[in-house]
Amino acid sequence: MSAILVARDLTRTLPGEVPVTLVHDVSLTINRGEFVVIKGPSGSGKSSLLYLLGLLDQPTSGTLTLEGEDTTGFDEDQLAATRLAKLGFVFQFHFLLAEFSAFDNVRLPMRRLDRLADDIQRRRAMELLHDLGLVGHEHKRPSQLSGGQRQRVAIARALANDPPIILTDEPTGALDSKSSSNVKDILKELVRTRDRTVIAVTHDDHFAAGADRQVEIIDGRLV
Amino acid sequence: MQLHLDIAWSHLRTRRRQTVASLLGVVLGVAFFLAVSSLMRGSELDFIARLVDSTPHITVSDEFRDPTVQPALLRHPAGAVSVLHVKPLTERRGIRQYKRRLEQIDAIPGLRAAPVLAGQVIFSFAGRDEAITLSGIEPARMRDVTTIEKDIVAGSLGAIDVDPNGLIIGRSLARKLSLAMGDTVSVVSPVGNVRVMRIVGLFHTGRAVYDETQGFAQLARVQALLNRPNVANTIITRLEDPYAARATAAHIERMTGYKSVSWQEASEDILSTLMVRNVIMYTVVGAILLVASFGIYNVISSVIMEKTRDIAILKSMGFRAGDIELIFLIEGLVVGAAGSVLGFLAGSGLMWVTGQVRLTVPGESDPVNLPVYWGWSQFALAMLFAMLSALAATYLPARRGARLAPVAILRGAA
Ligand SMILES: Nc1ncnc2c1ncn2[C@@H]1O[C@H](COP(=O)(O)OP(=O)(O)OP(=O)(O)O)[C@@H](O)[C@H]1O
Ligand SMILES: [Mg+2]
Repeated sequence: MSAILVARDLTRTLPGEVPVTLVHDVSLTINRGEFVVIKGPSGSGKSSLLYLLGLLDQPTSGTLTLEGEDTTGFDEDQLAATRLAKLGFVFQFHFLLAEFSAFDNVRLPMRRLDRLADDIQRRRAMELLHDLGLVGHEHKRPSQLSGGQRQRVAIARALANDPPIILTDEPTGALDSKSSSNVKDILKELVRTRDRTVIAVTHDDHFAAGADRQVEIIDGRLV
Repeated sequence: MQLHLDIAWSHLRTRRRQTVASLLGVVLGVAFFLAVSSLMRGSELDFIARLVDSTPHITVSDEFRDPTVQPALLRHPAGAVSVLHVKPLTERRGIRQYKRRLEQIDAIPGLRAAPVLAGQVIFSFAGRDEAITLSGIEPARMRDVTTIEKDIVAGSLGAIDVDPNGLIIGRSLARKLSLAMGDTVSVVSPVGNVRVMRIVGLFHTGRAVYDETQGFAQLARVQALLNRPNVANTIITRLEDPYAARATAAHIERMTGYKSVSWQEASEDILSTLMVRNVIMYTVVGAILLVASFGIYNVISSVIMEKTRDIAILKSMGFRAGDIELIFLIEGLVVGAAGSVLGFLAGSGLMWVTGQVRLTVPGESDPVNLPVYWGWSQFALAMLFAMLSALAATYLPARRGARLAPVAILRGAA
């Protein structure tokens, strides 16, 4: 098993009159195809760590190596380009663009990356939506979809550019139990059948039980 | 780019009321800009056209820019003695050998010239004496150089060729002296010559002073009346290209030595007044567009405030700060461009309405339409102003939005 993501002594301190350290000296190696769950009490720094691993935030110190590439010193544009091609996010709230249909939301990352021909992008967006059980809902706006459906659109969008790593932050936190288990099944399926690395922040012990590995964070430190 | 356009468009479309309000600001700004500028430019061009039309393009007069150096001074050019109170030699005024000069000037391509000898005379009629500037002209040349023939309301310009004692005066003057066509009047010159002349034509230019104090007669007759045989005191010219007057005047002056004044030089004060007027106008209409740009600033700012969540989504997805900035800049430019185009329509409407207004201007006796300039350059200028102010209004909020850190928004939202 090869390491896809290696964090070394990641520390993130918010500057200010009283500096707040969100993440303390976290070292973590995640292998390709691994399903890792990050657990911990509320306010322990799970989301903050996920943002660092997902290149949404920059560590105050420490290094992060992604697919063998050291991301230290990347500028904003390089970070964005890396997120675009290699990372997919699913957040607690669906985070779709309200003015775009499900289909158009899924196409967004592909259009920005612009690596595939337009008709192939369209076909792929359709396939992803169908894979996620959204047949017949392709052209609905987010406001016309249920919470679970929106979250599935968000997953389809996270998968659009076929990134090796998916990061999710309590993707089922805002869903009822039925949609929630449905979304969880989809995420588990992703790891099993598609050889994808999934890093998930969750409170849900049942969901966590299905992971290859669970790491726990308390007060910003791994335990 | 298409992607950025789509996103920008989605923002504007879903914020219809705000978009329309800011659009309206630009439309009104552009429309007023056009209405004001077309009127200002129109009146300016109209004014210049009248000026160019009614004044000779170049007036060559019997003067020199520098006084003639007097023989007494030539005698000791660098002497220790300075001769003061030199009385210039009495000279016979007028353009000497005017016929030769005329031929010389007339030979310049694109130019027509006419000799004029003007002098003060007194009209005596029915116990009234009126001081008149009597210009001796050659009708055949005069009609090529001035617009006087077009202002003739009775008789004709050529009539003074037929009748050597013929006289053409302003209709207002005729009315004032109760003179009618065919009436005779005594003309007294400063040198004491008296001639009975007959009214063979009336003109009306609309310029009151001119119409009451000008008269025209045959050049030879005026020369005789003023005891100035074979003399003209001005040669006036008309150019095919009025804007060549400055250069041509300089050329004539070098060639003849006589002071040659182009219409621009003669009207420098007026032209510089027009320029000041333009500066004021563009400041005012620029201010209108500035106000309109606050509308754009407002709409883009509020879009960005409402869309911080979208900014976080797009950035987490891998959009760059530059992408976000471009999206909002496009929104501003779309408002600017759409506002310009609609403003063109509204502005053209205003311009058309303005052009229908008829009024009587002081110094003119006939009502005239307000002169409206329809040239494309002001449309381009209005658009340029609108786009620039739209860009300026968008730039700051767009940059601010583009710089939002996605985590800051995610932390706030989650
Ligand atoms: N802008 C901020 N300024 C100060 N402290 C902050 C700021 N943002 C987050 N924190 C603190 O950082 C800590 C970690 O926050 P984080 O969101 O990572 O926790 P979490 O484990 O994801 O919590 P939850 O399970 O509730 O989502 C919290 O104690 C929070 O109060
Ligand atoms: Mg969290």
